[in-house]
Amino acid sequence: MARYLLSVMGRQDNPEFGGYGSVEEMHAAMAATGAFNDRLEAEGVLVFVDGLEAPDTATVVDGRGAEAILTDGPFIESKEGLNGLWIIDVPDLDAALKVAAEASHVCRERVEVRPFATAFAQTA
Amino acid sequence: MTTAAEAIARTHREEWARVVAGLARRFGDLDLAEETAAEAFATAVERWPADGVPPNPGAWITTTAQRKAIDRIRRESHRDQKHQEAMMLHDDSPPDPVGAVDDDRLRLVFTCCHPALAPEARVALTLRIVGGLTVPEIAHAFLVQETTMGQRISRAKSKIKAARIPFRVPEAADLPERLDGVLAVLYLVFNEGYLASGEGTDPIRRDLTGEAIRLTRLVRDLLPPADRGEATGLLALMLLTEARAGARLSADGELVRLDEQDRGAWDRRLLAEGIALVQERIEAARDGERAGRYQLLAAINAVHVTAPHARDTDWGRIVALYGQLERIDPSPIVSLNKAIAISEFDSPEVGLAQVERLADRLSDYHAFHTTRAELLRLVGRSADARAAYDRAIELAGNTAETAHLIRRRAQLAAPTPQPHAPARENAS
Repeated sequence: MARYLLSVMGRQDNPEFGGYGSVEEMHAAMAATGAFNDRLEAEGVLVFVDGLEAPDTATVVDGRGAEAILTDGPFIESKEGLNGLWIIDVPDLDAALKVAAEASHVCRERVEVRPFATAFAQTA
Repeated sequence: MTTAAEAIARTHREEWARVVAGLARRFGDLDLAEETAAEAFATAVERWPADGVPPNPGAWITTTAQRKAIDRIRRESHRDQKHQEAMMLHDDSPPDPVGAVDDDRLRLVFTCCHPALAPEARVALTLRIVGGLTVPEIAHAFLVQETTMGQRISRAKSKIKAARIPFRVPEAADLPERLDGVLAVLYLVFNEGYLASGEGTDPIRRDLTGEAIRLTRLVRDLLPPADRGEATGLLALMLLTEARAGARLSADGELVRLDEQDRGAWDRRLLAEGIALVQERIEAARDGERAGRYQLLAAINAVHVTAPHARDTDWGRIVALYGQLERIDPSPIVSLNKAIAISEFDSPEVGLAQVERLADRLSDYHAFHTTRAELLRLVGRSADARAAYDRAIELAGNTAETAHLIRRRAQLAAPTPQPHAPARENAS
């Protein structure tokens, strides 16, 4: 089995209704995503899932020097970026892409699929 | 009597894909499979001339490559003991459970054409891993630096390994879609050979067209009969196109249009095979199988090549086939080709009206301007035709095609105002 990070990529400007057209649409997407997550968990595929608060709630910490320096805001300011993530454990990329296609469909955002470097070590 | 060099060349041609595929399955590592297969052939080059050609050359190469692979895994074992143990345990494992078809070479093709890889990487990887072409050969074919091509291929191999792209034929439900991707790669290889781009290249690259035909034949033979339709169509399309290659260039390297070609110079053997395959698909269509894109393109080609002279072409049938194609592939390029057939079947005026409607979507496509130029000259609008040739010459990348267009433009009457449209001139 191999672990993959599914990153939900979208607008970073905290739009009304989370970027969905209406409050109803937002609730429909959240309900569909919830049901999807329950199924992933039941199938033993889900390692972790959550959404992220807006980027302006982030704090960057630089502890490379003697004292940690704190900076308000995200590491990189950009129009689009990470809004949520899944970590899944599946046999191979084909299985991960299938989960990602459904994940993208239920949350109505694009999803980036990226393998974890420890994918191989996990099986040993 | 065959020499060792001939035996090595033949074994490479016939066994390369099988050897790499078997190693890839056994060791689960495409990179290792490719490198040790190449090393085994290098060993054959050293040994066969002195020791003689072994009775079963393919088995000799496989065994040699497997030994090299095991040696290499042992050498690297200090670094990754667990990995090595996992590999060695799998030495005599049966093939992984597979989807619709069980053949290592077919798995190899599907892995190399995986949709998670960049399209240009799929083409390069297929030629290297399945076709056995060297990196310099592939780099030359696609006019890129060897280092660039080497990086492209090793990046794709790294992604296959790190992202765990499976070494597997897709399951039956996914097969048609994934097969489309494979055939698209093979068609791209063929087309690059048939209409090679770039100044200073040979206009027709027979090495690439030949390789595309060989790989398409392999894929078709490996598929279960029920899934072969489009692969058969593509193979027929390639054969019927390749059959005309010898007549497609004039002595001075200019592209010769289909209606001007010497039909006696076409390759009868390739034509016969291609036509038989089209016939096979026409019979399948009668039994209710729906013809896909490549089958329709092959059928259109079959109509062209079975006409004794260009003037005997059954344009009505070609218009109908393009209509069928438009319904499954509504691309403006299909509509452009249909418009050309309509101009022959009906009149240049009707064809031209259809072509003009595609202007928005095809303004950067050289064949759109070539078609427009030809139709404009047929309806007597010489000045407009000249401008269209200018644009086509600007956009065309193939040396033979450019030469042809320049000649056609030069044949136009001087750009003086015409009192009325002249009679339709002979297109040839």
